[in-house]
Amino acid sequence: MICMVMKMSNKYQELMNQKNEIMKTSIGLDYNKYEIEGIGFDFEYMMNDQGYDIEKIVKIQNENMIGNTPLVELKNITNYARKYAKKGYGARIFLKDEAANISGSFKARRAVLAVNQAKELGFKGIIAATSGNYGAAVAALAAKAGLKCIIVQECFDSRNVSQPEILEKARKCEAYGAEVVQLSVGPELFYQFLKLIGETGYFNASLYSPYGVKGIETLGHEIAEELMEKIGKYPEVVVVTNAGGGNLTGTARGLKDAGATETLVIGASVNLYGLHMASDIDFNRKSFTTGHTGFGIPFAVFPDRSDVPRSAARPLRYMDKYVMVNQGSVFFMTEALAILEGMERGPAGNTSLAAAFSLAQTMKDNEIIVVQETEYTGAGKHILPQLSFARKNGVELKFGDPRKEIPGQNIIIPQDGSYLCHQNIDLNDLKKTYLKRYKDMVLSSLDFKYLSEELRIDIEEVKELMK
Amino acid sequence: MIDKGTYVRIRKTIFEPKERSKNLPKETALVPFKMWVKGFLEEDADLFDIVTIKTITGRYETGRLKEATPPYKHSYGDFIPEILELRDIIKNDMYGDENE
Repeated sequence: MICMVMKMSNKYQELMNQKNEIMKTSIGLDYNKYEIEGIGFDFEYMMNDQGYDIEKIVKIQNENMIGNTPLVELKNITNYARKYAKKGYGARIFLKDEAANISGSFKARRAVLAVNQAKELGFKGIIAATSGNYGAAVAALAAKAGLKCIIVQECFDSRNVSQPEILEKARKCEAYGAEVVQLSVGPELFYQFLKLIGETGYFNASLYSPYGVKGIETLGHEIAEELMEKIGKYPEVVVVTNAGGGNLTGTARGLKDAGATETLVIGASVNLYGLHMASDIDFNRKSFTTGHTGFGIPFAVFPDRSDVPRSAARPLRYMDKYVMVNQGSVFFMTEALAILEGMERGPAGNTSLAAAFSLAQTMKDNEIIVVQETEYTGAGKHILPQLSFARKNGVELKFGDPRKEIPGQNIIIPQDGSYLCHQNIDLNDLKKTYLKRYKDMVLSSLDFKYLSEELRIDIEEVKELMK
Repeated sequence: MIDKGTYVRIRKTIFEPKERSKNLPKETALVPFKMWVKGFLEEDADLFDIVTIKTITGRYETGRLKEATPPYKHSYGDFIPEILELRDIIKNDMYGDENE
């Protein structure tokens, strides 16, 4: 038996040792090219070296029913927020209705470049590890491009129970003709993912490749250009739901590229503090499978934890502020969006809307705050089944002060609109955590330069935060 | 008996608890790491047999036969009275007494 165990863990380790080689072949990208001496790499070189400029991306997206989504002014929700703002405060809230993209979310912007790249490089199929909207996006675009597709999901706990939202995503992927491989909770997903890549030779549509991030730059562009055209200025703030960091990185890059260099980019995540992402028990005690702090924080402080050697999603390079809202507040705003604006959308996409409702109250009434996404809704992926599921799994549902919510134990819906408020996450704390990894290393001036770019602070501040 | 060619769902244990990755939370380390896949049955079989299937992308997988012609079971869930209460809160916040 012991021999067996040893043999098995060797198998695990053997495959893990081939990680870089498998990844290189399956993305068709040699990351060594972008490495620089010491700890860093040339991020801009990597991003700009893939042959995708903004015109080419727009063209590919237009041909695939992606982009040019409606930018809607939420007048009723703006008025709602103003009820709780000081006189002269309460920014105009705009919403980019990304649910209008093929497959129902902004993720199509990311998937289409991966699919295009896979097709150009002559791959027969494409594979992605995701339980979320990205899977549906890859599956839909693979179908359109005539590629085979496998989506690998973390899906079940040890009781074989799955989040309704993940089951819906599996259905949607299958509706586009993809194969869905479902796994139980745990980081070994990565082992199975690598194994499938090795076995099939498919293209890895990693969310963290340059394609996965560059595709979102058009979203930033559209927001900047449309507001300039309609209102005559760029927005003061864009709020972005933050998980792996790609959405924020891409949107911010697009805004800056379009000229909106003064626009503040604020990340927003659902507060899931206290829940362990690899826990078989916690897995089904949360109501959000992405867009939460359980991804947002680890990926911000260590972007290269992803499935590629160098992640293109680097949120600390772009984030001006990071806030979180509780689960109950997101459900609150999901309902408000439906009954005040006539827009029924999926809860997870409304994380940044909940944050914007509260953030708008801190801004002047002639300022503009843009919520940059929505997502489709349907069975499983909706306030009803998600609250119903939470209740079945022993999570208490009540009204009250959302700041008192304890993730995994209860969901507290604000007892009225005045209770809905965001909480700040200290970016300096995140930067300190980011730097911990280098604490015992002798760093060169090149290394400090890289860290200063990564954290968007000067070298002296880097040194100060490392103390 | 389930006929060859039927669309089915199988389950396979990838790692027993002892073989799992290190540094897992205790509750995860205690349970096996499993995989579920759907595909067409290669031979006639009974439920819970170890079978081979051909998946929609043409791959072969072997595992325990758990379900034939698997349906989608997710739904809009149970009635949640709090949602009606929440709608009321929002309407009252916005329109106050006019709402009555």
